Amino acid sequence: MNALLEVRGLSKSFRGLKAVSQVSFDVPQGEIIALIGPNGAGKTTCFNMIAGAFPPSEGTIRLGGRDITGLRADQICRAGIGRTFQIVKPFAGLTVHENVTVGALNAFADLGDAKAKAAEVLQLLGLWQKRDQPAASLTLPDRKRLEVARALGTGPQLLLLDEVMAGLRPTETDQMVAVFRQLNEQTGLTILLIEHVMRAVMALARRIVVLHHGETIAAGEPEAVVRDPAVLECYLGAEAL
Amino acid sequence: MSRMLRRLGEGVSPRAMIALGLVLAALIVAPLVSNGYVLSVLIIALYYAYAGQAWNVMMGFAGQLSLGHSLYVGVAAYTAAILFVRWNVPPIIGMFAAIVIAMVFGAVIGFLAFRFSVSGVYFSLLTIAFAEFTRIGFDHFTWAGGSGGFFLKVEGRTADLITLRGPPIMFYYVMLALTALAFVFCRMLTQSRVGYYWFAIREDQEAAQALGINVFRYKMLAVIVSSGMTALAGVFFAFYYNNLFPEQIFSMARSIELILGPIIGGLGTLFGPILGAFVLTLLADLVTEVLVLTGYDIPGVKQVFYGLCLAVVVIWLPLGIWPPLKRRLGLEGRS
Amino acid sequence: MPAELIFNVAVGGVLTGLVYGLMALGLSVIFGVVRVVNFAHGEMMTLGMYAAVVLFGSLGLDPLLMLVPVAAALFVIGYILQSTLINPFVNRPEHSQFMLLVAVAMIMVNGLLMIFGPNARNTLVSYALDSYQVGPLIIDAVRLYAAVAAMAVALALFAFFKLTPTGKAIRACADNYLGAQVVGLNVKRLYAFTFGVGAACVGAAGCIMVLLIDVTPQIGPAYTLLAFVIVIVGGLGSMPGALLGGILIGLSEAMAGLFFVPSAKGMFAFAILVLVLLLRPQGLLGKKA
Repeated sequence: MNALLEVRGLSKSFRGLKAVSQVSFDVPQGEIIALIGPNGAGKTTCFNMIAGAFPPSEGTIRLGGRDITGLRADQICRAGIGRTFQIVKPFAGLTVHENVTVGALNAFADLGDAKAKAAEVLQLLGLWQKRDQPAASLTLPDRKRLEVARALGTGPQLLLLDEVMAGLRPTETDQMVAVFRQLNEQTGLTILLIEHVMRAVMALARRIVVLHHGETIAAGEPEAVVRDPAVLECYLGAEAL
Repeated sequence: MSRMLRRLGEGVSPRAMIALGLVLAALIVAPLVSNGYVLSVLIIALYYAYAGQAWNVMMGFAGQLSLGHSLYVGVAAYTAAILFVRWNVPPIIGMFAAIVIAMVFGAVIGFLAFRFSVSGVYFSLLTIAFAEFTRIGFDHFTWAGGSGGFFLKVEGRTADLITLRGPPIMFYYVMLALTALAFVFCRMLTQSRVGYYWFAIREDQEAAQALGINVFRYKMLAVIVSSGMTALAGVFFAFYYNNLFPEQIFSMARSIELILGPIIGGLGTLFGPILGAFVLTLLADLVTEVLVLTGYDIPGVKQVFYGLCLAVVVIWLPLGIWPPLKRRLGLEGRS
Repeated sequence: MPAELIFNVAVGGVLTGLVYGLMALGLSVIFGVVRVVNFAHGEMMTLGMYAAVVLFGSLGLDPLLMLVPVAAALFVIGYILQSTLINPFVNRPEHSQFMLLVAVAMIMVNGLLMIFGPNARNTLVSYALDSYQVGPLIIDAVRLYAAVAAMAVALALFAFFKLTPTGKAIRACADNYLGAQVVGLNVKRLYAFTFGVGAACVGAAGCIMVLLIDVTPQIGPAYTLLAFVIVIVGGLGSMPGALLGGILIGLSEAMAGLFFVPSAKGMFAFAILVLVLLLRPQGLLGKKA
């Protein structure tokens, strides 16, 4: 069976600097895959190419068999990929509910239906109590949850999480992990995440892909990857495993 | 349809509905208790309320700062006026041509700006450039009167909606109807997918795009709707004042006047542009009266007053007068 | 059309363009460094022009001699404007700042209208009708002196930024705001200083400009726009670009006035602005964003 997301030979050069070079990996349907590596390894660049922020210099990206290489960000979302941003981008002037409703309007043309879907997602992520607050008034952990809720509202097949645990305390991290686990188990949502917080990676990921200097240096099950000498040599995150 | 009607009232407190009804009732009755002078002031206030509402769609909703909106007023005014004077096309029909032409101008500006990623202050400068270019162009457009002006014959005291000839009271109700319709229309927009997408674009374009919003398409839509709405103000202008001068109608000062109402009243709100227009027009009139009485009526005083109001609002009331006032009056509803 | 006429008009355009360039230089400093969209730029120049008119009228002093005091006065005005109205609101959205300066511009224009009335004023200097003849070229003395003065002020400005410690500090702020703060530069004070410098520049330009054109309160906005056109065409963040842009605009305006309808020459600048915004937004000498 073909994987939900197939990345083949992905490369990106910025004016002669090769940021990503021949990266290939699969994200099977219903699984959680983590993309890790030291800073500057090219993880976010890969992410941005998959999410349509800019096109790759080489390579292809397929979602459910369909070629989505080089599509615009909004087309990618409509195709079924939702993403969060590393530095959260809430719609500050709108309420929490309105923020997620914007996302839900991707899946539902009618405003009433979108609002209802948004309400569901808010409850799932524990933001329902704060639904009428302006997004600008939220704390960082809540903003992160809002970012995820908004992306979820779009009804994606694949959720791209860009360092969503950064800046969260361990208890908050565990809460987020629980939410993703629940989503994955109950709805079969496929997740690809970039993460530095190894606590979350080990708790969630079925497989890990390790990037370094824009290339894949290891891929496999978490226990194997964290013992791989190449990985240990470059960088394995600041947290104890 | 009924869904949309229900949605119009969603989240609005009963108190606010009653207040709105009272305001509307007051405006309907106002001409019957005003003299000619007060009526003319009210007409101007309504004009700016309507035009401000139209501009608010582009800036308050979608976040695109146009400082050349007088362009749409001008081309629409000239279109309707020329059609009437040269080919006897009544404004009730001519207004459609005016709307289309204004929308075309808007579409061109929007397309050029958004395709070429001209944003922020550069976008504003682009809008100014187009308006100024057109102003000087019309100055030399002798077929339309050039800088000497284009004139409509003032005739008939009997009200005729088809040709928009009649007494001031007719113009008052026309403008009131336009303003009320614009209010309802804008409410519909904010309670729809289009409105939500516009707000998202205004807040954060990149995030909006990542949520599946075709930012280019929706920005174009905002410009086209805004310019089309503004066109009606232009048609009104032509038939109310009966004379058009490029230096006046296309001027930057006019563009700035248009936006004072919404900014002072409350950017992005529904009632803000209306409140702002009325507050400004009535206050300015009051100031002029006082100055005339005390003998200080020097040209430029009114504009200094506008400038001060604008500065005060920008510094101390960044959201405009309406949001804090709304809260104070207890008119806020649920989300 | 005789070649001599074209040549003369062209030279006149270039000379005028240098004065435009000086005015735009002020905006390049303000917009390029402090990132303030100074919508009151033309109005500040008008202030300088009226100052020169008043001084000429009451003391009979040549505007060119009044360059330094007028520039100093505008420096103070600019410094105060930045520190009271702009620095405190640096965290507000872009359009707020913009509208604040629109308000300042409105107050300036109409304040001048209240004080001086709408009629045109000028300074009729003794050499107003003199000209120099160099072969086939006939150069107006006034235009020549104006251009030379503009160049002198521009050179002084370049020297300030290149050689003085404050000037270098300002350039540091422009290049790297955070870095400048980290090394201990008082950025807010430097911003106010920079705005003052830009204002002084445009005040000097006004002093010079009053030799070339009549002044009314209403010309402010047109010159604000012209300054923006020049800065964008020349390239944001490039001071030589502002001068080059000024010369280009002065030249094209003069040529447009000669070959097309003179009163339509304003359209030219706007057409150029649109083209530059669309096709080469970094301008001629600017850095690509």
